[in-house]
Amino acid sequence: MEKKRTQVEEGAPASAASPGVKTGELAVRDVPSSTDVASARVRVNKAYKMYVGGAFVRSESGRYTQVHGNGAGADPETVNVPRGSRKDVRDAVLVAKNAADKWAARSAYNRGQILYRLAEVTESRTPELVESLVRAGSSPADAAREVAAAVDRTVFYAGFCDKISSLFSSHNPVSGPHFGFTIPNPMGVVGVVAPDAPSLLGLVSTILPIIATSNVVVATASETDPRTAIVWSECLATSDLPGGVVNILTGQAAELAPQLAKHREVMAFDGTFGPKATELRAELERLGADSVKRVKTRSNLSTGEWFDDRKGQGIAWVERYIESKTVWHPVGV
Amino acid sequence: MTTALFKRSAPTRASRFPLFNPPPVDQVAIEERVANLAKRSIKKASKVAGLKLSISMMDLTTLEGKDTEGKVLQLCRKAVRPLDSDSDLPSCAAICVYPNFVRIAKDALGASGVKVASVATAFPSGQSPLEIKLDDVRRAVEFGADEIDMVIDRGAMLSGDYGKVFDEIAATKEACGPAHLKVILETGELGSYDVVRKASDLAIAAGGDFIKTSTGKVQPAATLGVTLVMLEAIRDHFYATGTRIGMKPAGGVRTAKQALQYLVVVKETLGDPWLTPDLFRFGASALLNDVLMQLEKERTGLYQASEDFSKD
Amino acid sequence: MSDITKGAPGVPQAGTPASFALDFGKAWEYAPAPESPDHVKIAPKYELFIGGKWTAPQSKKYFDTVNPATEQKLAEVAEASAADVDAAVVAARTAFEKYWAKMPGKERAKYIFRIARAIQEKARELAIVETMDGGKPIKESRDFDIPTAAAHFFYHAGWADKLEYAFHGRKARPLGVAGQIIPWNFPFLMAAWKIAPALACGNTVVLKPAETTPLTALLLAQIIEECELPPGVVNIVTGAGATGAALVDHPGIDKIAFTGSTAVGKRIQRAVAGTKKRLTLELGGKAANIVFADAPIDQAIEGIVSGIFFNQGHVCCAGSRLLLEESVHDVVIRKLKDRMATMRLGDPLDKNTDIGAINSKAQLERIKELVASGELEGAERHSLACTIPEKGYWFPPTFFTNAGQAFRIAREEIFGPVLTIMTFRTPDEAIEKANNTMYGLSAGVWTDKGSKIFHMATQLKAGVVWGDTFNKFDPSSPFGGFKESGFGREGGRQGLGAYVEVE
Repeated sequence: MEKKRTQVEEGAPASAASPGVKTGELAVRDVPSSTDVASARVRVNKAYKMYVGGAFVRSESGRYTQVHGNGAGADPETVNVPRGSRKDVRDAVLVAKNAADKWAARSAYNRGQILYRLAEVTESRTPELVESLVRAGSSPADAAREVAAAVDRTVFYAGFCDKISSLFSSHNPVSGPHFGFTIPNPMGVVGVVAPDAPSLLGLVSTILPIIATSNVVVATASETDPRTAIVWSECLATSDLPGGVVNILTGQAAELAPQLAKHREVMAFDGTFGPKATELRAELERLGADSVKRVKTRSNLSTGEWFDDRKGQGIAWVERYIESKTVWHPVGV
Repeated sequence: MTTALFKRSAPTRASRFPLFNPPPVDQVAIEERVANLAKRSIKKASKVAGLKLSISMMDLTTLEGKDTEGKVLQLCRKAVRPLDSDSDLPSCAAICVYPNFVRIAKDALGASGVKVASVATAFPSGQSPLEIKLDDVRRAVEFGADEIDMVIDRGAMLSGDYGKVFDEIAATKEACGPAHLKVILETGELGSYDVVRKASDLAIAAGGDFIKTSTGKVQPAATLGVTLVMLEAIRDHFYATGTRIGMKPAGGVRTAKQALQYLVVVKETLGDPWLTPDLFRFGASALLNDVLMQLEKERTGLYQASEDFSKD
Repeated sequence: MSDITKGAPGVPQAGTPASFALDFGKAWEYAPAPESPDHVKIAPKYELFIGGKWTAPQSKKYFDTVNPATEQKLAEVAEASAADVDAAVVAARTAFEKYWAKMPGKERAKYIFRIARAIQEKARELAIVETMDGGKPIKESRDFDIPTAAAHFFYHAGWADKLEYAFHGRKARPLGVAGQIIPWNFPFLMAAWKIAPALACGNTVVLKPAETTPLTALLLAQIIEECELPPGVVNIVTGAGATGAALVDHPGIDKIAFTGSTAVGKRIQRAVAGTKKRLTLELGGKAANIVFADAPIDQAIEGIVSGIFFNQGHVCCAGSRLLLEESVHDVVIRKLKDRMATMRLGDPLDKNTDIGAINSKAQLERIKELVASGELEGAERHSLACTIPEKGYWFPPTFFTNAGQAFRIAREEIFGPVLTIMTFRTPDEAIEKANNTMYGLSAGVWTDKGSKIFHMATQLKAGVVWGDTFNKFDPSSPFGGFKESGFGREGGRQGLGAYVEVE
């Protein structure tokens, strides 16, 4: 049987017949041989959860998805990842909404420092992230390159937070005795559907410009590799980022994205989709119209484009999440 | 620490101002408002009525070192009968002169109904001891002045000694006896509408019957903007007490068109009761001839030459 | 001697006897001062302006445009069918490919400057027609609508050869054909807001004016013709909702720009879903105008008045919710009543008219319906007592006190001269109430305290915040909404983004 890059299976526990599950290896790796039972240590497995409001939570629905790896790393062959529900989306949106004002009230310098701290902790978790990407099918070299790019992208946005306002502000030379200026404001809660691949760099590249512009995010992670998003969430959790600013759900985009697109508390929606999602994208754009949402859907970029600093990051990314506010005041004595 | 707001005030005076806190004034909005009002289109019958009304509100003024009896008498004649050829025109409200000419003017005007106003209180600077200023007032009243145009102590106003400003006005009012008191704020020296508003409130509170923009000796003198700010002070006083204070823009009102603009501002700020010489005056000299020219133009349909009108 | 210790002399005290009433009577009245329409020629019939030619509609249908102040028919105007819209889009596409996209920016600029100049030359005529067709006071069309429209063309002309500076070094390409749908409240100015940036960025245009106010857009077409723009660069198709829908649905359109109601905006957003059409929406509003006790109250009154009564309140960013700090509520109400007593409702062509006609019968019905709901819900109504002309559509300046935050008059856009007044106690409460709406177009703040202005401006979720002023506009000043007031900006550098594809 040809080795699949990643296997994700719905609902029930994997059976031995599931493609990609290598029971033999499982036995070799996980069951101590009878000779060293006395001295062998049994590993503690991690329960993978969604990241909402700064905490790791299961889906309220109790549903899960089994993700089968290719044998790399310390986890068992099969891990259970929550399959987020529509209610999980609604809960996460409220959590995000409650975090929005405080996040926007922080100084740009402070947001920059928090993102830099995120870069630091992401760098320090490089082995774990690489392992996760490899497990999902990347080559070790590609995985290392992707983690490095994700860290560098984080540094890029860390240093961008306190430049954005300068770039998008203006003094408006109105003809009259008034001082007028326009400044970028956040939109509020932004719903995101992250690309399936690259599972880490795509997620990081989509979320960071949103929070760099003082918005808050509810994102659905890669469907094919949700596990890496959860490992990255652990970086978020240890980076001084206030809870609720970034919320990451795992599950199926087709199920969760419409909830984001039509939730009235979500001010903008940004989704990256595969080539076959034309109908879903149109549906999301229609749903967004009910609340005049700023909806952007796009076809997934190529891997090369995600890695390209001119395409996968930059001013066009932050521009999308800016709401310009114009202020007038008389000039007089 | 409210007293700290009133530096150099004696405690007795300062204690009168614990709540002296006039509302702020926004310059841009004031000037925008008067610019809009100035665009009112006053045509035909309303123009004629407005111009006649403005004649009746004029304090025809001469306040020069070279003033003479002859000059004052000419002015009196003009005030009583502004245009010899049109006896339907109203007389001016008053003539405004230095104290030395009050007696002459009073005699000349007789029973015409035209009042005599005299500047006093060490006009125009006011920079003399209070006793001298009060003496100036008493003498002018003795000479027969019906109205006294005093100046406030702008130095005290700007240095925050509101108690001094208040007391001087109050004392002047007392010295006026039966004469009406117009309080000249000299807005051109006050620097901002906020201070104009403060000075207006002080002048009203201290007993001024009228508040007046300017001496005519300082630029800028009257403007629509300061006039509106002062009218707002008058309006707030009326709201609070029911008492109507008068208003006199002086200096800088030279054309009939300007006069109508002032009337529009009064009409739309304070309403009908103020559209009378009892509560609104123009301090002017050149204005009268321009108003007469415009009235003749309306009457005859011909544009007039300035030489058609006596230059008194 | 008055006792100055009895409160601030400037501010009337609570409990001031109401008998001290100002009297704005007839002591000196203004004579009628109508702007003469004599030399203005309105044709009996207007065709569509397609591909540089005045074209009869394929539908063969025409509709009347009436003067809302007199109910008299002004002209017949062609009703563009889907086929006519198609012809206009084809003409615009041809013009885009043949002329406009190829032309260097500096040459495009000169055409747009020409338009600005021609508008200035014809300003008086345009103002009169605008007032006759739409009902707004001549002083507003003369002093605001037409000069500001000229300013928009002048401003954007200068961008045409400087687009590379506008996007931080990124290349900006025109989108192609822009379909633009504009409302009836500022017919000529909205045409300028839409056309000027589109042309400057290298797009060609199919514009649909509102069916009740098509005339000045057609005069603009004449100006564009006289300015010798290449044929098809600007096309004007007149008609009602069906014409607009045909434009939105046309596959040859690259961009839709719409100004109008939120309900229609949502329909348009739905209609373009799943297409490659770019969209900007400038929709409704229910702006809070917040007056703090430390404000320059008399100037705030002017801001309240211009905020809600400018253009009969037919303004998407109107300050239709007045939030008063409780301690100045009574003073402000008293002053507002007195200020309203000086307002002059009547002949829109009279230079002294402050309140003109309501734009249409339908809009008048909508205003009446909402005002009735306010009365029914228990708010206290005050309207200017004035003579309403027998002919035409009119509504007197009106405000409601004792209105609840949940009342329809406090939540729905009335789009008329009707103000809903509520109170607050603290800055936080003011912010909460101001933001308690799905709209987010504009807001006003009145306070003498600089730091408070900045705090409020930061917290208010609105695209435009006016501090100690209201209803100010400038082509250099980006305008547009948060939330359901739409997306995209018009004006300023930021407004260019709506008409270009940036690499």
